[in-house]
Amino acid sequence: MTNIYIQRATANNVLEVALANATDTELVEINRELALGLSFDELKTVQTYFKNENRNPSDVELQTISQTWSEHCCHKTFRGKILFDGKEINSLFKTYISKVTKEINAPWCFSVFEDNAGIVKFDKGYGIAAKVETHNHPSAVEPFGGAATGVGGVIRDILGVWANPIACTDVLGFGPLDFDYNKIPAGIKHPKYVYRGVTAGISAYGNNMGIPTVNGAIYFDESYTGNVTVFCGCIGLLPLNKYIKNAKAGDYIVMAGGKTGRDGIHGVTFASAELTEKSEEISRPAVQIANPIEEEKLKRAIIIIRDRQLASATTDLGGGGLSSGVGETAERYGCGVTVELSKVPLKHQGLAPWEIYISESQERQLFAVPPENLAAALAVFEQEEVQATAIGRLTQERRLKLTYQNVTVADLDMTFLFNTGTTTKTATFTPSTFSEPEFAEPEDLTQILLQLLAAPNIASKESVVRTYDHEVKGNTILKPFQGKYAGPNDAAVLKPLDDSWKGLTVSCGMNPNYGKIDPYWMAASAIDEAIRNNLAVGGRRIALLDNFAWGNPEKTERLGSLVRACQACYDITKTYRTPFISGKDSLYNESPMGPVTPTLLITAVGVVPDIRSTVSMELKTPENLLYILGNTYPEMGGSEYYNLKGYLGASIPKLQPTKARKNYYNLTKAIDYGLVKSCHDLSEGGLAIAAAEMSLAGNIGMTLDLKAVPNNKTITRNDAILFSESNSRFLIEISPKDRYDFEALMKNGCTLIGEVTDTKKLQIHGLNSKLLIDTDLSNLRATWKRTLNAEA
Amino acid sequence: MKTEDIKVCVLRVGGTNCDYETARAFKELGTQAEIKHINELAKHGDLLNYNILVLPGGFSFGDYVRSGVIFARSLNAKLGKQMKQFIDENRPILGICNGFQILVEYGLLPGFDGTDPYSQATLTTNNPQGFKCNWVYLKNENKGNCLFTNKIPQNKILKIPIAHGEGRFLFPVEKEKQYLEKLVDNDMLVFRYCDENGTPANGAYPINPNGAYHDIAGICNKEGTIFGLMPHPERAMYWWQEPDWTSKTHTTPYGDGKLLFENIITNVNKTQ
Repeated sequence: MTNIYIQRATANNVLEVALANATDTELVEINRELALGLSFDELKTVQTYFKNENRNPSDVELQTISQTWSEHCCHKTFRGKILFDGKEINSLFKTYISKVTKEINAPWCFSVFEDNAGIVKFDKGYGIAAKVETHNHPSAVEPFGGAATGVGGVIRDILGVWANPIACTDVLGFGPLDFDYNKIPAGIKHPKYVYRGVTAGISAYGNNMGIPTVNGAIYFDESYTGNVTVFCGCIGLLPLNKYIKNAKAGDYIVMAGGKTGRDGIHGVTFASAELTEKSEEISRPAVQIANPIEEEKLKRAIIIIRDRQLASATTDLGGGGLSSGVGETAERYGCGVTVELSKVPLKHQGLAPWEIYISESQERQLFAVPPENLAAALAVFEQEEVQATAIGRLTQERRLKLTYQNVTVADLDMTFLFNTGTTTKTATFTPSTFSEPEFAEPEDLTQILLQLLAAPNIASKESVVRTYDHEVKGNTILKPFQGKYAGPNDAAVLKPLDDSWKGLTVSCGMNPNYGKIDPYWMAASAIDEAIRNNLAVGGRRIALLDNFAWGNPEKTERLGSLVRACQACYDITKTYRTPFISGKDSLYNESPMGPVTPTLLITAVGVVPDIRSTVSMELKTPENLLYILGNTYPEMGGSEYYNLKGYLGASIPKLQPTKARKNYYNLTKAIDYGLVKSCHDLSEGGLAIAAAEMSLAGNIGMTLDLKAVPNNKTITRNDAILFSESNSRFLIEISPKDRYDFEALMKNGCTLIGEVTDTKKLQIHGLNSKLLIDTDLSNLRATWKRTLNAEA
Repeated sequence: MKTEDIKVCVLRVGGTNCDYETARAFKELGTQAEIKHINELAKHGDLLNYNILVLPGGFSFGDYVRSGVIFARSLNAKLGKQMKQFIDENRPILGICNGFQILVEYGLLPGFDGTDPYSQATLTTNNPQGFKCNWVYLKNENKGNCLFTNKIPQNKILKIPIAHGEGRFLFPVEKEKQYLEKLVDNDMLVFRYCDENGTPANGAYPINPNGAYHDIAGICNKEGTIFGLMPHPERAMYWWQEPDWTSKTHTTPYGDGKLLFENIITNVNKTQ
């Protein structure tokens, strides 16, 4: 190893790396020793660059290149070429995701896929910014810190587009809480420990910052045992005329917020590799330490600076630290940059310059400030008790120049640094060969319903959600729980502006179990579910965010399933006319226990013209009529019902978007006419669970008749009608007096299947007219609330 | 004093996070409400320009030590003199959630003997433990001393949400009976957690959400001018903030939280 480093004459803790004339074996050695995470081809490219410059690189330069070229920062898989099915796909992102947005070309999309968060127009000159991030690997190693900094990071993304964060969302995937301790491999933490740590971390950060956590979900799946899945989302509000991004050469680079330490070194390279038994030991320093109050102060300062228009650009310092923030800022505005690293305030002495430059210490933000505003900007930080320092300037010369105590430690050509090259990967896809299970219909379907209500994926998450402050800021109109008895809502509704009744609807969709059968229909279902949830409360003009959590894309099968999911993203959203505005991929989610199930989280952000017409899910009035929207098919593959019976199955729910879109349009009209008294989307557990939830939330009973449920004569069994998870369906409550108006409006897309009763019972009649399900609401409620509340 | 002349100071430090909606509640009722950072006030301002001081909710300075203690110390250090005069002139002070914790740490509540050098009560870790965000019922047990509730009928039940991890009101165990008597005798007891019919929780969770002694949710000082409570009235200001508005046929424009803000404004209206 002695021959890798060359001590330079200047004693500033920077080492020269003997790369220019290294042999191929030595290159690999250098890659490993410096933990660069570069591919062999990339190493050769770097070597050629320095050969041409006639010198060896410094460790600072190599770390900068490693960070800039990491999967996490430049998304090689999504932007690279893929050979699939005999064809070459030139960028999954351009071919399937951003293409939809371009084709739909919605006038209300303000800024998509170009900044830290997507921005759509809202009302009265304001826009809504939205972003969802993953923080899986850090949360696997250190659940509390990993999740907390995940929240902190996505909030900074929102601050990075000059928006004031107004809500957080969190979708989590854990292994089963009752997982056998003896079967946990070394280096992996038990799901219960991870569950407690992650939920506590989310609660600690959001609550402390005073941002309500309004929407989310928790899923349990064995494949998340070794690799927890943590999606953290944030929504912000900004006056669009204050969205200023016009930095230029001569502007100061100012960093503000927390100090820089050794926490979060190599976070991005860590995120772009599989978890191993040694991850804990090796990668602990990659997990940052959270201090939400620092970010709260930073947020105040940022909003003041925005309102006074003192800065010309801002971006958060997250993955990749200064290296990412400084480099990308210079690149975005066509500049070069000089930075004096010794000016960076440190938590403790002894950091090498390369560590300062790539550290991912939390609660830091970068600004470009025109010289004439520097004093005023620094004064704002001082008043808010936030440390801020001018560390460099943007330059005309397109070079990245870093100095430490006035000695040059890096001097790279910007074009080289950001010419990240394209990779070509190969993808294959073989359809799964699962078969449909054969079993007799259970005798006691009431018992099955109760077991499903208690199933972890369906059971009440109240014990977790109540530890999140979902009311701070006082603008949460539709809260996570509805009705006197706290039923689960479909979407959160916010009233962001004091002088407007316009509301913001936030919902999500995710179907990890379907991913095991078919990634295409899994993705289609996630999109449909997120949209359904949004529509159910009255949302429309829906923008989507896509977040992929996938296994290692170097493995052709994994990549093939990713391609299939992306194809669904295009096909479905094109028909629904719902553009993607932001997204993020988290790949390499593998541990010694295998990959995570292909997971796509869709977050949907819509608007409701007047929050007073918002619809909730709890039943309202006895004698009202209950309609089902959409057809039920025998689609139980990957369903909670099969899961309960110990099967996976093959009959995954499919989707007919053209038909569904017409129904959705009519439903929104019915809501606007005030005809819909309550509405709930049918998802996990199907019709029976949706009915149970609506009843238990309002403590009002209902009767349903399965004979009336439209199924195109495809179903002959009660359990299939009750528990099928076919997409595009809703259960809707209508007042009898509105019956004819409603039916005319829905153009027969809706079918009357039952009514609200003044009993405290859920009663469902089967295909042979016998009473199949008959149970007290108190029993349903207790069963639904028991499972996870006991875990608290 | 006319309502539009009333100036309310909503004081914040790093980590305060309910200042906006608290100021909004006061503005909604026609007063002037300003959100001020303690540094702004210490440098340029004067607390005595204001008629009402509000310490809003949040996690001041992160609440990494006892909740509210650093804000209390810093308030005393930076604005101690002005605070003393403000209190001596019987100008009202409201502390919500973290604000209540600050008033207790400052020694202003219960403040049996004026400002206590050491607080005689504490707001400690919830029992059962953990942060909790939920709606609760409060019973107004004050007999008319508290300037924030004296227009609200005695025994009226209010529905207001809580959101805290450290809201368990306790006296020193050996003195709790004696202090409770003092609290009641001086008409300093204001809100107790109860069920929707007004029956006190008697410590039973979740009606009493944090294990507070005697179900105490809010108290005032002897003069009735300083009032602290754990629940958040600013989150129960409008009908659309209520958790069950979607199930109600007739909704009033406001929620129960408005009563407190209105009450203090009416009392300040009567002063010069």
